[in-house]
Amino acid sequence: MAKTRYASDPGLTRRMIATMGGLSVLYVIVVVLLIALGFSAIFVLVIAGGMIFAQWYFSDSMALRSMKAHVVTPEQAPQLHGMVDRLCVLADMPKPRLAIADTDIPNAFATGRSPERSVVCVTTGLLRRVDRDELEGVLSHELSHVAHRDVTVMTVASFAAIVAGLLIRTAMWGGLMRDRRDNNTALVFLAVVVVSALVYVLSYVLTASLSRYRELSADRAGALLTGNPNGLASALQKISGDIAQIPTRDLREMEPVSSLAFFPALGRGRGFDLARLFASHPPLDKRMENLAKVAAELGQ
Amino acid sequence: MGFLDGILGRKKPAQPDLDQIFQLPSAGITLQASLDFTPVGVGSVAFRAPQGRAFAEVQQEIQDLLDADGGPKVEAVTDDFGYTWLVVRTDPSDLAGLVTDLHAINSTLKDTGFGSTLLCSLVAFRGPKGETLGMVYLFKQGKFYPFVPKPAGAGEQPGRDNIMEIQVRDLLTGELSIEPDLGRWFAVWGAPGLH
Repeated sequence: MAKTRYASDPGLTRRMIATMGGLSVLYVIVVVLLIALGFSAIFVLVIAGGMIFAQWYFSDSMALRSMKAHVVTPEQAPQLHGMVDRLCVLADMPKPRLAIADTDIPNAFATGRSPERSVVCVTTGLLRRVDRDELEGVLSHELSHVAHRDVTVMTVASFAAIVAGLLIRTAMWGGLMRDRRDNNTALVFLAVVVVSALVYVLSYVLTASLSRYRELSADRAGALLTGNPNGLASALQKISGDIAQIPTRDLREMEPVSSLAFFPALGRGRGFDLARLFASHPPLDKRMENLAKVAAELGQ
Repeated sequence: MGFLDGILGRKKPAQPDLDQIFQLPSAGITLQASLDFTPVGVGSVAFRAPQGRAFAEVQQEIQDLLDADGGPKVEAVTDDFGYTWLVVRTDPSDLAGLVTDLHAINSTLKDTGFGSTLLCSLVAFRGPKGETLGMVYLFKQGKFYPFVPKPAGAGEQPGRDNIMEIQVRDLLTGELSIEPDLGRWFAVWGAPGLH
């Protein structure tokens, strides 16, 4: 790992070792299952391995495309680039590319297989809602994901889940397509499906808990770098509190020309359920508590 | 709306609820006392002007009616979205008079059968640091919501001061019927009297 000035986190290392230990056990179960199936072991592994590799290798372009984001040059977004330039110098790390996604949902993410190949993306909804200090807090959080190589970690961690998911489908497909020679084969396939489903759920729980810890760790490292935990804290309030539901789009764009009735533009007027979007993230109060701790540390 | 209308997709135009707007003058006093927001003396009504002579006559009638009291002229502005804003300017201290004028515009449009063309009414306030607050009134809901635009700096996106908007909501909750669904607090960029 490239040495950066982002604070290392022994707790994160312990979590990662624990999660990887749990995942290794799951890998063994998957491999045993594959051997039980026999014929398709190598096939499944090659397909799953290829998928996961592609997902990791092309993570930056895939994420950008799914968000309809475009990479911006320093000329197009001088403010944003200037801020990231300063943070990267502060953290002593290579500068990632920057992208902007044109959506009203306030959000930001970092992706890419290595710090050199990374992209940090922010949405226009975020840029419209946060001020300078808050934006700096969010960018520092995302840069700390880049510095910690979190994309690679999470890709490896989600391997078991993807293989298990693939196995369920293969087994069901195989079970349907093959002529039933005896009841035993059917039972074996049933067992494969059940165990795969269990592996899938378990590995999902493990990776989600690792992901939540990673977020806290990135909050912490990001706040320590800027020395301003309040910036990130108030940005988080704006992004995940109910304030985030206030639109920045114009009333007149939403009104149908006939003006017959007024329809909520965003999903039946309930706003976006951000809690669901941030399922892999810790709850807001926990992140606030974490940042308050950083603030107390900085005060000492 | 009947069951058959629902099946066949026949929809009755929503009729505006006008009377809530008279809650505004007392809310204005609270705004001034607690957050130091004072009325600018500018109010406006936005609507989608339909083609044809009938509507043009009604609009002329409204303008003549409001100009008759010798005050400043009512100004009609068409914005980039194709909506017409009738802008009423009064003495900033006379919020009640301004609201009465806005109500007159609305009720004339409603009584002549053009109620469904109404978009919103807006009364502008100015804060202690020069920021502007628009109290937007949606007739179809009979609800208010605050809109505080933030002037865009160089290379920045225009934004709105959500924190101040929430503050205004919390302050006025007892006095005005505020739109409870934040997802409906749509911006009205560049509305008369605002930055």
